[in-house]
Amino acid sequence: MLKLENVHQKFEVGTINEKHVLHGISLNVNEGDFITIIGGNGAGKSTMLNAVSGSNMITSGRILIDNVDLTKAPEYKRAKYIGRVFQDTRMGTASDLTIEENLAIAYRRGKPRTLKLGITNKEKELYKSMLADLDLGLDKRLKDKTRYLSGGQRQALTLLMATFHHPKLLLLDEHTAALDPKTAKKVLELTVKIVGENNLTALMVTHNMRDALRIGNRLIMLHKGQIILDISGEEKKKLDVPDLLAMFEKASGEEMSNDRMLLN
Amino acid sequence: MGFIIGAVAQGLLWAVMAIGVYITYRILDIADLTAEGCFTLGAGITCKLITIGLSPFVSTAAALAGGLLAGLVTGLLHTKLKIPALLAGILTMTGLWSINLRVMGKANIPLLKLTSVITMLEDTGLSKNYAAIVAGLVLTVIVVIFLWWFFSTELGYSLRATGNNKNMIRANGVNTDNATILGIMIGNGLIALSASLVSQFNSFADIQMGVGTIVIGLASVIIGEVVFGNRTILRSLIAVALGSVLYRIIIALVLRLGLRADDMKLISSILLAIALCFPTVRNIAARNLKNSIRKGGSVNA
Repeated sequence: MLKLENVHQKFEVGTINEKHVLHGISLNVNEGDFITIIGGNGAGKSTMLNAVSGSNMITSGRILIDNVDLTKAPEYKRAKYIGRVFQDTRMGTASDLTIEENLAIAYRRGKPRTLKLGITNKEKELYKSMLADLDLGLDKRLKDKTRYLSGGQRQALTLLMATFHHPKLLLLDEHTAALDPKTAKKVLELTVKIVGENNLTALMVTHNMRDALRIGNRLIMLHKGQIILDISGEEKKKLDVPDLLAMFEKASGEEMSNDRMLLN
Repeated sequence: MGFIIGAVAQGLLWAVMAIGVYITYRILDIADLTAEGCFTLGAGITCKLITIGLSPFVSTAAALAGGLLAGLVTGLLHTKLKIPALLAGILTMTGLWSINLRVMGKANIPLLKLTSVITMLEDTGLSKNYAAIVAGLVLTVIVVIFLWWFFSTELGYSLRATGNNKNMIRANGVNTDNATILGIMIGNGLIALSASLVSQFNSFADIQMGVGTIVIGLASVIIGEVVFGNRTILRSLIAVALGSVLYRIIIALVLRLGLRADDMKLISSILLAIALCFPTVRNIAARNLKNSIRKGGSVNA
């Protein structure tokens, strides 16, 4: 479904600040895969997702979705295939637009924008029932600007927006990291529910090893811009956190030194 | 009270300009200095075309087209060539100085006794100020209704989201460059349109007349929003138009205090500075008030 072929990403090429962040990532994501991605700070997790979404144009390599080469396609053209939720809860919605206006924009993802009404009455009913399902009280606040929502509410809304129309690919970049533990848990459960019900293909970056093991059917570990571990199915189910740490040390030849990952 | 009528007339003539500035400054979050050159452009085109014998309506429409074009240039400089918005506006503004002189052929075009939209209204028996009020009001209402509709379309939503959160709207499949260009074009088109009316009211176009446009526009936007609110788009549009009127009334009152017309630019700047710092001052005042209440409360306890 999604294919990365020997993807390299460098920043500030030709300057003394040149950074080589992705060192030849090759990955073949199957239809329906729910992949959790872990790795220390600076391993290239977010960079990899940004490369897939087109937020960053890669330096070399190829990116394909359903055998369509999207390597050179700008972000707004890939949006047709990809739904995203970011770590920063403010990034997923336009904060001066209302909840229903944000939903209406997402409802038209990948379609040309015309002079037709931005939102129809029929849609409003649909949004209302969808928001009621979230059980966060948002169905009564359709006309509120999203700047007045809590981080958790915004993330739940963004998740809804990202998964409208069954995107071919859902990219989750530590989307619960900025939330308090209780809200994070709720949003994560919602994520699992939505991905499961719609049978979506998803990539989820997380700092929480237990979540990474518990959720999804496949786990990859990044280190210094390379995939050093890629396990799935039964093999993944049998793992626990100490196993994962041991595998990291073996694969990278280093001790896992990221406090945030250990503490989780 | 006569001077109030004059101020209302001026305010309504300039209201559409303020709405143009609102689109770039508030909707797109860009301080676009194209306005300065664009205002003269609208006035220059109108007066030139009227003097060579075209109908005032055609001349007014041509001003709109000229403004759209000026906006297109700034938009392209900003999005395609990645020049910061402020600089892109300055480049267009500066270039327009020469273009305006070319269009006008000289630094000042008087309309003398030629027919304009304003004189046509005067012919129905209205005084000049009332003619301006009618013309300004009609144009403002049309523009507000048009924009209210436009900003409730799919395209309008994209524009608003582009100014608000580029990442979000790109992730939803909108080309933010195109949305930005369109917004800057509409903004400047409206500025030129307003300038066209102003020049027909003044019966001349002058190469200098655009100087200070952005300050007047921003002051109208901010005064309008502070006084009349900005909860919805429609509310904001009406507030900005009323802000333009209020701005003229304040200026007229200040002038009556004995200041000279030469002091106008200084007054405009001071007014804008006050309007800009108003939210900050209000927050500080609110905090102090809260603190003093808390202190008072603990004493009482």
